[in-house]
Amino acid sequence: MSAPVLEVSGLNAFYGRAHVLQDVAFTVDEKPVAIIGRNGMGKSTLCQAIMGMLASTTGSVRFGGKELVGLPPYRIARLGLGFVPQGRRLFPSLTTDEHLQIIPRKGNGSWTPKRVYETFPKLAERKSTGAGQLSGGEQQMLAIGRALLTNPKLLIMDEPSEGLAPIIVENVIDTIRKLAAQGVGLLVVEQNLGVATALADRQLVMVAGRIATETTAQELIGNIDAQRRFLGVEPPSVRQS
Amino acid sequence: MAPGILLALLGVAVVAWIAYNGVQNGKLFWVVTLNGITLAALFFVVAAGFTLIFGLMRVVNMAHGSLFLLAGYIAFTLQGTLYGVSSNLLSGTPATVVSWIVPLVVATIVIGLAGVLMQQVFLRWNQGQDLRQALITIAISVILADQMVAHFGGIAESIQQPAAWPDSVTVLGVHYGFFRLVVVVGAAIVIGGLLFLVIKRTRFGMIIRAGVDDRSMVSALGVNIQVVFAGAFLIGALLAGLAGVLGGTMLAVQPGNDSAFLLDSLIVVIIGGMGSLGGAAIGSLALGLVSSYSNVYLNFGTTDLTNYSILLTFILVVAMLAVRPLGLFGRPA
Repeated sequence: MSAPVLEVSGLNAFYGRAHVLQDVAFTVDEKPVAIIGRNGMGKSTLCQAIMGMLASTTGSVRFGGKELVGLPPYRIARLGLGFVPQGRRLFPSLTTDEHLQIIPRKGNGSWTPKRVYETFPKLAERKSTGAGQLSGGEQQMLAIGRALLTNPKLLIMDEPSEGLAPIIVENVIDTIRKLAAQGVGLLVVEQNLGVATALADRQLVMVAGRIATETTAQELIGNIDAQRRFLGVEPPSVRQS
Repeated sequence: MAPGILLALLGVAVVAWIAYNGVQNGKLFWVVTLNGITLAALFFVVAAGFTLIFGLMRVVNMAHGSLFLLAGYIAFTLQGTLYGVSSNLLSGTPATVVSWIVPLVVATIVIGLAGVLMQQVFLRWNQGQDLRQALITIAISVILADQMVAHFGGIAESIQQPAAWPDSVTVLGVHYGFFRLVVVVGAAIVIGGLLFLVIKRTRFGMIIRAGVDDRSMVSALGVNIQVVFAGAFLIGALLAGLAGVLGGTMLAVQPGNDSAFLLDSLIVVIIGGMGSLGGAAIGSLALGLVSSYSNVYLNFGTTDLTNYSILLTFILVVAMLAVRPLGLFGRPA
């Protein structure tokens, strides 16, 4: 196993007085990692903190040895972190094609709009369609394609299955797996256990702003009690500190 | 929708009253309409820059009117010092095309750069803190207003249009000011067209549109939004500068125009919706026509209410806020 790609340690984030991330620490190497946990546990905040999109973040996020905390989001993106946010956050004023044109092109990148259209042929048929008119699945493809154009070494995906029909979710899972097979690192945040376990073996469980425990897909799939504790409706009985 | 019905009735009554007066005196109606349209053209050039900055950066640039007025003073001073142009009938030299264009270009560029400087020095480190930025720009506008009175005096001046240009043109039987109708309206149309092309067709324009939708996401895609912000501020200030010279030629360069045109820009943006170019065009037209018609037609035989015509522009704003709080083309932030 080579050196970790992403090292998060002692990461704290605040919304006003709310202490949303509390000393979060984990590493991601070239193998996909999923972060699971119920609503409101700080998963999306974690993604935004890594991407530099939060004003008050302390601690350390290192990527390829470089410290990211304190850098503006565009520098973090240019260092090779691609972000597919929760709710996709496409630009309603832009067409499909315009989404791909605004991404700055680095000289050595292998992803081009042409390659995105080859990867997602459906998008090629809808080049001049406004992002708001795309179907949920197409929107997710565009959000992924847009992030790929930054030529990421690591793709951070926040709830990629949210709001999609099951058959489309299968599609998205396939796509992400193919990308991972091409060597793109993967950090997936998911509430949907089926999706999380399909995409990554390593599963980090987030509870109340901390990484409570680490487990594996196999362990989770067989362990209904663990599923209940980490993702179910009952209050979590484990709250490690 | 009780307020909606009420407003619709009020609108019908207003249109009927204007139409009645229009039939009574067609020539007057036409002149008043042209007044409204030419005023709207000037509003548009000012407000287009304002709405661009507002929509993209959420900065309410309260110094926008000051940039407008300062441009007028710069051009006026340059016309006098470089070319000896003055409005004095006995000793003055009339302006030529060159002695109008050169001050216009210089003033516009100086104001554009001043706007970028202001953004970089005072606003950049306060990004996202709307109130603080508004207060800073108010402070700048107050200081500039005082300094302008100190340096340029309190008397209304005006920039001289080239003597070679005709004073008036004849449209549909009435003589109307050439500069107002041809130059100002022409400039507004050209600027509107250029801005439209930049925003629709260029990558810079796409990033501006995306930034109006979701700034932080644009940044997370590797776009250095600070450069785009500076560019938008440059364009916005350039437009304020250009409008200041046009307005200073069409109307006057005088203290108070800074806050007056800031207010007009705010009204236009409230009507049209922030960040929308089409909204700025329609908002300008609405404001121009309402203020022009109300100046003349708020006269009901024995009761002359034209003194209160400014109220009507605020009624327009209130009506818009009641029906569409985000303006015609506004979208939630």
